Amino acid sequence: MAEHKKEIDQVTGVETTGHEWDGLKELNHPLPKWWLYMFYGCIVWAVVYWILMPSWPLVNGYTKGLLGYSQRAVVTEEFNAAAAERAETGKMLLEASLDEIQNTPELLEYAMAQGKVAFGDNCAACHGVGATGFEGYPNLQDDSWIWGGDLETLATTIAYGVRADNDDTRYAEMPAFGRDELLEKEQIVQVANYVGSLAGIPTQDGVDLEAGKVVYEENCAACHMDNGKGDTEMGAPNLTAPNFLYNRSIDGIIAQVTTPRHGVMPAWIDRLGETTVKSLAVYVHSRGGGQ
Amino acid sequence: MSSQVDPIDKEEDESWFASAAKIYPMEVKGRFRKIKWAILFITLGIYYFTPFIRWDRGPLLPDQAVLIDFERKRGYFFFLEIWPQEVYYLAGLLIIASVALFLMNAIAGRLWCGYLCPQTVWTDLFFRVESMIEGDRRKRIALDKQPWNAEKILKKGTKHFLWLMIAWWTGGAWVLYFADAPTLVYDLATGQAALSAYVWIGILTFTTYSLAGHMREQVCVYMCPWPRIQAALTDEHALNVTYRFDRGEPRAHLKESKKLSADGLPAGDCIDCNQCVYACPTGVDIRKGAQLDCIQCGLCIDACDTVMTKVGRPTGLIAYDTDMNIELREKGETPVYRLIRPRTVIYAVIIALIAGVMLYAQLNRSMTSFSVVHDRNPLYVQQSDGSFRNGYSLRLLNKHNNAQSFTLSVEDMPAGTTLEVVGVHKDAANAANDIQLTLTVDADTTRSVRALVFSPAGIALPGSKPMSFKLIDHETGETTVIHDFFRTPGN
Repeated sequence: MAEHKKEIDQVTGVETTGHEWDGLKELNHPLPKWWLYMFYGCIVWAVVYWILMPSWPLVNGYTKGLLGYSQRAVVTEEFNAAAAERAETGKMLLEASLDEIQNTPELLEYAMAQGKVAFGDNCAACHGVGATGFEGYPNLQDDSWIWGGDLETLATTIAYGVRADNDDTRYAEMPAFGRDELLEKEQIVQVANYVGSLAGIPTQDGVDLEAGKVVYEENCAACHMDNGKGDTEMGAPNLTAPNFLYNRSIDGIIAQVTTPRHGVMPAWIDRLGETTVKSLAVYVHSRGGGQ
Repeated sequence: MSSQVDPIDKEEDESWFASAAKIYPMEVKGRFRKIKWAILFITLGIYYFTPFIRWDRGPLLPDQAVLIDFERKRGYFFFLEIWPQEVYYLAGLLIIASVALFLMNAIAGRLWCGYLCPQTVWTDLFFRVESMIEGDRRKRIALDKQPWNAEKILKKGTKHFLWLMIAWWTGGAWVLYFADAPTLVYDLATGQAALSAYVWIGILTFTTYSLAGHMREQVCVYMCPWPRIQAALTDEHALNVTYRFDRGEPRAHLKESKKLSADGLPAGDCIDCNQCVYACPTGVDIRKGAQLDCIQCGLCIDACDTVMTKVGRPTGLIAYDTDMNIELREKGETPVYRLIRPRTVIYAVIIALIAGVMLYAQLNRSMTSFSVVHDRNPLYVQQSDGSFRNGYSLRLLNKHNNAQSFTLSVEDMPAGTTLEVVGVHKDAANAANDIQLTLTVDADTTRSVRALVFSPAGIALPGSKPMSFKLIDHETGETTVIHDFFRTPGN
């Protein structure tokens, strides 16, 4: 048995492998040597790889490898590199005024691109992907602004927020006319219907709008102005606009006059930095509602 | 006992893998050798020197005739400038290339493999270097057999050094297609070039050295898919390098053959000198007929013709011929050569068609382009005066190599409509016109802007009003109109 003779297939003249299945013998067509060495090379490569790179999972953690490679570290490194690169171009944004940014095509394109991404990451959760807002979250597309819609004002609002935990934040509070019993229930209904008439909302039957007007002038006009257009200096919303911050109906106005809701927007300056805040202001302004 | 559990002994185990038998092709002289030299010089000349050809495109653009500029995302080919979105030209070129391969195959077999394929051309060059240093076939065999001594070390060392130099130059020429060649040559020499340039040179040096120097015919036999495909594409009319066995058989050595003829017995022209086998760069015996390993380089034709001339027999025992003609000759009929037949005509028509389409597209290529995308969210915004506003993203592309200005206007909207473009102020020319603006686009760039269209207050519009943007090129007067819609909640 020790001597093993090579068997040659009669028909083809090719050596067989000696493997036989039901009388069929496999012909031996050897693989090229270079293929074999490449295969060995791959095995050697794999072993080297195990030693150098993180590879084998263990019960607690994994083998780290001699090179100390870590994708997490690479990400951090790339993140820092990207931040440094952004700082380079961002410096131009930092030095330019908001108007200059808007009037210089290269800066505008950069600010718009950065603003779009920053808006999606930070603002869209409340204001919507299309910046159209939701109930309680202002619509940034239209041209009615609570605090003003020019570039500088937008940048200030984004930087310091509204009723936020920041010393420079914008602050305004509407008195709770109903809860604090500053107005009678009937007066509230009257003033709500009057405000409705200013905004073009159908008013309720049998309500004395003249009386509502008197209540309005005595209690509301100081902030919302006589014509109901509001005042951005005081953060008093325009009551004649087609979009309301809250429920746009007589019942909604009654609810707001009785117990006003006060939404909060965070101050972004510490989190995003001045460059991004500027880009965001330019981006929001470019939606079309900017003044 | 151990032999019973292990039925495969060591010797057989090793035979599972075959060492490639080294081939020592003999140098030949003749018609096809000359053709191959000419093609080698032309193709390698094109490859090595094209990056240095200059082509003036004006002050802002690179002046290299053939350049793939990854940084600026442009491809340059003499008078052509390709932007990334025009890569479909490449698809057209690839289709033409593959059909041309089919056409070559239908006319004369593996013309590509035998003469034009980079693997063949570089291997041929490496063979030439080898035989210059180590001598012809017999000397090389002898050199490989002899023990290592100073002569062998010197010869082998010189050969590998020259091979590496050629391979290095090959890799070096490759990277020159991707940057300004003279600058890159200087940067490479002074060590200032990008790491990727050195890495690519390294990779291509390695592949050229190993594929053309060491792998040689194994690339064609084991790695390349084309031999398998081309076998299915050939037909009985395709010319192939063919041993005319009708004339050659029965083969016999010269003296023997003369004796046979003297005795009135049949004797073929083949004197079984094996020169065709020795000359073959893939180690094939062409007399066995068409086979996968044969790249049809024609060198066996030269080898055979030389011998036939020497022994005073007609040349062309091995020649470009068809199997069908051999059959015809055996029957005593005249051979036919049909170059024009359905498959060659169809291939040629496909090539002409695609080339025509590409040429048309290139000649009518617009140097500027304009696209409009309506905002998807929100579709419209109501202003506090009750009017509506729609937002659009406009993209203007200028392939000219100077800045271009355009007049942008809105068409088909009711009177009182206004157009604004973020960051663009009204100039004097359009001061009186609310729906018209001037936009400029710098040379060789695209500009994206945001356009806002405001409908007049108090006018009822349908939910989706067809309207359009018109762009007039100030230089050429070319007008582009893009149709879009103005959206409102409708009635």
